[in-house]
Amino acid sequence: MASMTMIEAIREAHDVAMAADDRVVVFGEDVGFFGGVFRCTAGLQQKYGKSRCFDAPINESGIVGTAIGMAAYGLKPVIEIQFADYVYPAYDQIVSEAARLRHRSNADFTCPLVIRMPTGGGIFGGQTHSQSPEALFTHVSGLKVVVPSNPYDAKGLLLAAIEDPDPVIFLEPKRLYNGPFDGYHDRPVTSWKNHPKGEVPEGAEIVPLGKASITREGADVTVLAYGTMVYVAEAAAEASGIDAEVIDLRTLLPLDLETIQASVEKTGRCVIVHEATRTSGFGAELMSLVQESCFYHLEAPIIRVTGWDTPYPHAQEWEYFPGPARVGEALKKVMEG
Amino acid sequence: MSDDFPPLSLNVPEPGCRPGSTPDFSDFEIPRAGAVKRPPTDVDPDAIRDMAFSIVRVLNKDGEAVGDWAGALSPEELREGLRHMLTLRAFDARMLNAQRQGKTSFYMQHLGEEAVSCAFSRALRPGDMNFPTYRQAGLLIAGGYPMLTMMNQIYSNADDPLHGRQLPIMYSSKEHGFFSISGNLGTQFVQSVGWAMASAISGDTKIATGWIGDGSTAESDFHSAMVFASTYDAPVVLNIVNNQWAISTFQGIARGGVGTFAARGHGFGIASIRVDGNDYLAVHAVAKWACERARQGHGPTLIEHVTYRAGGHSTSDDPSAYRSKREAAAWPLGDPIERLKKHLITIGEWSEDRHKQAEAEILDGVIATQKQAEAVGTLGGGKAPSPRDMFEGVYETMPPHLIRQRQEAGY
Repeated sequence: MASMTMIEAIREAHDVAMAADDRVVVFGEDVGFFGGVFRCTAGLQQKYGKSRCFDAPINESGIVGTAIGMAAYGLKPVIEIQFADYVYPAYDQIVSEAARLRHRSNADFTCPLVIRMPTGGGIFGGQTHSQSPEALFTHVSGLKVVVPSNPYDAKGLLLAAIEDPDPVIFLEPKRLYNGPFDGYHDRPVTSWKNHPKGEVPEGAEIVPLGKASITREGADVTVLAYGTMVYVAEAAAEASGIDAEVIDLRTLLPLDLETIQASVEKTGRCVIVHEATRTSGFGAELMSLVQESCFYHLEAPIIRVTGWDTPYPHAQEWEYFPGPARVGEALKKVMEG
Repeated sequence: MSDDFPPLSLNVPEPGCRPGSTPDFSDFEIPRAGAVKRPPTDVDPDAIRDMAFSIVRVLNKDGEAVGDWAGALSPEELREGLRHMLTLRAFDARMLNAQRQGKTSFYMQHLGEEAVSCAFSRALRPGDMNFPTYRQAGLLIAGGYPMLTMMNQIYSNADDPLHGRQLPIMYSSKEHGFFSISGNLGTQFVQSVGWAMASAISGDTKIATGWIGDGSTAESDFHSAMVFASTYDAPVVLNIVNNQWAISTFQGIARGGVGTFAARGHGFGIASIRVDGNDYLAVHAVAKWACERARQGHGPTLIEHVTYRAGGHSTSDDPSAYRSKREAAAWPLGDPIERLKKHLITIGEWSEDRHKQAEAEILDGVIATQKQAEAVGTLGGGKAPSPRDMFEGVYETMPPHLIRQRQEAGY
């Protein structure tokens, strides 16, 4: 075990996968020589050569489109979109091509492809460096969608995603790259050093896709969260004194409904938290599933705490960001209901 | 002062001929056969910029093969090529009719464009990969893919290799070097570049070909493909099939009023060539040149196949609503089958009688295969793929939510 940041853990997952399998190739904007704007691929070009880790033109549909061709050939591309906010030009290639290739060709061609991208806010990135577009991908048949919340999971889930035979959207909460963040933006930043999940095993140990993790056990209310919101939910539980059980979903698709159901049946209450905009957000899907599967165990209406249905603002970041105060209010309200 | 300028107006290009007017191709410059020289395959793209504005042609109006692009194929190979084109045309006619009879939902024919995919196929080697559009079935016919399998897919019957999930004619065969057709336009063009890059990354000897229509060159995927192909010198042959019409939209809407589609390659430093797409020998010779170039590591080539879509865009289209019915007959590059037939007769390797006999034999074969396919089923009749099949293959392993939905659907 070694103490790592999430960036180092992601870099190490690449390293392990590239060392184990010549078919793993890594590319994206600024990914080669420089090692990525967040440095997640630093050193890989130097170690594995320019044909396995290289810079791509600023053309997201081209990055994904060529990667689909490479995957069809038999390689395993792991590509970086510099910010999730920049993925939209590639949406057609992801939705109409990568996601459907196995189905439409009856597995004659497949698309083992990992598309990584930094997601979420909390860094004063404004509307073009802060978005959380996960619901645009969970709505698409044929994709898997993963959101790690710590270095341990980031490495293990990324290795699992690279091993996976189908396309995986891998959303990395950028505010967690260098340390956990509970939404108290006016307090000193914390690092992954000394955090238990900052301890990352060496080698090729995976964290399986499709399995949630209970990060805080509790009896009174279930909080469904992922990415940065896991720490916000934990902080809100501590501050409010409510005995909340926090579930880090880790994989949104396929979803670990079993873990969610068992928890909500136990607590009888549910709060859903995400950074993304509310309407048609992934929280709407979670709310439907909890209602469908746990209705007779519910003692109060389910509450969502999310980003507002506005473009992600710049100066008003902390009024937009669903911080511990808003989550705490929701916890209190769901306990009263 | 803005008053110094006249009011601006928008230019919306119009084709030369609409229904009711007389087709006029007099401003379409056609060099004589043999006029364009064959450069070495390692030529600097800059040295052949003129080839993007001319047209490589081999067959002259007398049916002779002339110039230094001629002579690559034996009479036996040419007869085989003729059979491939006749087969594709007969297959199209039967399937078009089957759609009219309600045996399938949709069909797209190749009428007038048969030479492009049939001749190109001959330049490829086993293991190479085509990323086609919906109008390159000649790659399958000439490549030996079973026609029965094509028909089973068109009919979406129980033997459809894609289990009824994909539209008719959107074939897929890795074994035959035919990438799964999407149906979304242009997306495959950049994927072909990725496949070629993968071959180069892997130190392989295989090449890829990308295919796109004149209309779809306007898609951003075309630009993406050109950027990546030129940046990484990918071993890919990028084909634009300029059949003059994108459904009802004439090629000028995608291309603008000047230049050619092939000339788009110049900005990327890609070797760019126009070829007479209705000249089987010319298409083959240019394809062979470009494939050799890619295989030798000299990078990508952009080929504009100049042809004419003599039929409708699809069975859902009525071209008489937007173009003259006489335009196909007036098309100056003629019909690819007639031209190859004339050439073979000219060189004493074919006759009218043999042609009639071959046509009859081919049609009999297509009809026999069609009966076999129809004995299995047609869309809505006979043996069909299971509804369960639509849930399969979304992922390699079916996730819990899909299992639940399949059960909910009753399968």
